[in-house]
Amino acid sequence: MENKELVRIASQVRRDIVRMVSAVNSGHPGGSLGCTDFLTYLYFEQMKHNAASFSMDGKNEDLFFLSNGHISPVWYSVLARAGYFPVSELGTFRKLSTRLQGHPSTDKGLPGIRMASGSLGQGLSVGVGAAQVKKLNNDPSIVYTLHGDGELQEGQIWEAAMYAAANKVDNIIATIDDNGRQIDGDIDQVLSLGDLGQKWQAFGWEVLRMNGHDFDSIRTTMQAAKALTGKGKPIVIIMKTEMGQGVDYMMGSHKWHGVAPNAEQLEAALQQLEETLGDY
Amino acid sequence: MEFEIFGNKDTRSGFGEGLAELGQTHPNVVALCADLTGSLKMDAFQKANPDRFFQTGIAEANMIGLAAGMTIGGKIPFTGTFANFSTGRVYDQIRQSVAYSKKNVKICASHAGLTLGEDGATHQVLEDIGMMRMLPNMTVIVPADFNQTKQATIAIADHEGPVYLRFGRPVMPIFVKPDAKFVIGKADVLTEGTDVTIIACGHMVWKSIEALKALHEIGISAELINMHTIKPLDEEAILKSVAKTGCVVTAEEHMMNGGLGEAVSQVLSRKNPVPQEYVAVNDSFGESGTPMELMTKYHIDTPDVVEAVKRAISRKTILI
Repeated sequence: MENKELVRIASQVRRDIVRMVSAVNSGHPGGSLGCTDFLTYLYFEQMKHNAASFSMDGKNEDLFFLSNGHISPVWYSVLARAGYFPVSELGTFRKLSTRLQGHPSTDKGLPGIRMASGSLGQGLSVGVGAAQVKKLNNDPSIVYTLHGDGELQEGQIWEAAMYAAANKVDNIIATIDDNGRQIDGDIDQVLSLGDLGQKWQAFGWEVLRMNGHDFDSIRTTMQAAKALTGKGKPIVIIMKTEMGQGVDYMMGSHKWHGVAPNAEQLEAALQQLEETLGDY
Repeated sequence: MEFEIFGNKDTRSGFGEGLAELGQTHPNVVALCADLTGSLKMDAFQKANPDRFFQTGIAEANMIGLAAGMTIGGKIPFTGTFANFSTGRVYDQIRQSVAYSKKNVKICASHAGLTLGEDGATHQVLEDIGMMRMLPNMTVIVPADFNQTKQATIAIADHEGPVYLRFGRPVMPIFVKPDAKFVIGKADVLTEGTDVTIIACGHMVWKSIEALKALHEIGISAELINMHTIKPLDEEAILKSVAKTGCVVTAEEHMMNGGLGEAVSQVLSRKNPVPQEYVAVNDSFGESGTPMELMTKYHIDTPDVVEAVKRAISRKTILI
């Protein structure tokens, strides 16, 4: 897919995100906007997956687990735009009886979701387990996970990191949304992660880095990551992003982590995001 | 009321034998253990199926997450560690990644209750039944002896959904027939009686069997129910028995709060309120000691069942 087509999809996804959270005056736009380009690339170019007939087992498909479940708006939008469920359903986000729960769940049967997430730190374990089963099943597909950088403060992440390397789980590609911010402020001020690359290396992972807002960088790095699978080491990508990317007043701050824009702010955001595929 | 005894063994060994059998009969069963393979008697499965055994090290949270992930692709994971580390330590992981996500994980928990013994209160969990039965989608099973633990282990592999299987360490008499069929949610009525219903689970079923003799000698006819499944609870068996006896004693190696007794009382209070007495630990942590010393000190022993029965029956009389 050409970059300009990915850019068009991402622009629509960003519109979806701000409209979804604004409509219910809740949700997490900041990280969602920051991971839009990555998830767009993942679902529209990188992964081998079957949107038309979703199966929980996902045999012979690549799998994706969102560990930082609070950025559900971007995932829901990308899933809908990729054909997992009707785009119109995005209008039910966070409303009573919706399949689009505040944080992703399997409970209401939304196609595309294989595990609940929201309570942080659990998705890497889940992804590693699913990856080991792919090996048992002689399924050559790859498991992808996404994590917030703040989420890496959870100890379970490092249990899973240690386990994956020790057991040579080399069919998993984890990505870290390195936006440097969390609810209470900048990560370096809340609880510094130190040298993240060195940490993952010390835990036995292949470490790659990319710019999460440059489709050339994303493509090159994701292809390199895929080429590194099957070589005895798990792979992590530290992805530099900007929280709130694409909406000027949301960028450069942690303030829009979990705050929805009001009607006026929404209008200002939509002015900056071209409607390319038609609003839901 | 003669019970045929088939020897003496620990319930954890029943789990180990059941798991080993599943290794042969169920190719989709996988097992995970957090550095307690010997204690959980998982060695036989590990030896016969090294590719389906996953040693997670001392990292229980990761173990639960791995197990949840392993269901995706069709595996049936059995996790093994002590009951304390199978529940309280990983409650949020079970809640989100197993129960809420409805994953087909079997959480197998050994060394439950006071009868872990000398290790003391840090390892003696008495709250686990309560924690697990509070979780939606969770099935909670507490088998009574070696044979039943083996049968339950095999049965839960064919049950779709999250299961908590609780067993223990001490060697106890085996009284469930080796060829009995384990049916989840269907209580075993061990003796029929007319004066009192004793509803017990786990090791307390044997303690209640011991109590039957003393009760018989003083002319009390007790109906003993082995309530091996705490959730879903066999309400029909409870109500049918209570309609006949008019009072209940529940007996469990667990805290009074949240356990079998409370589950039974929820049924009785709604459907047929009758006097109920509890044989359970009363809002207290355990301590070091031999299993049998601890059962005596914390009042979950045979004489405690007998006394509870007397209290229940006396309250029934007063009410009438």
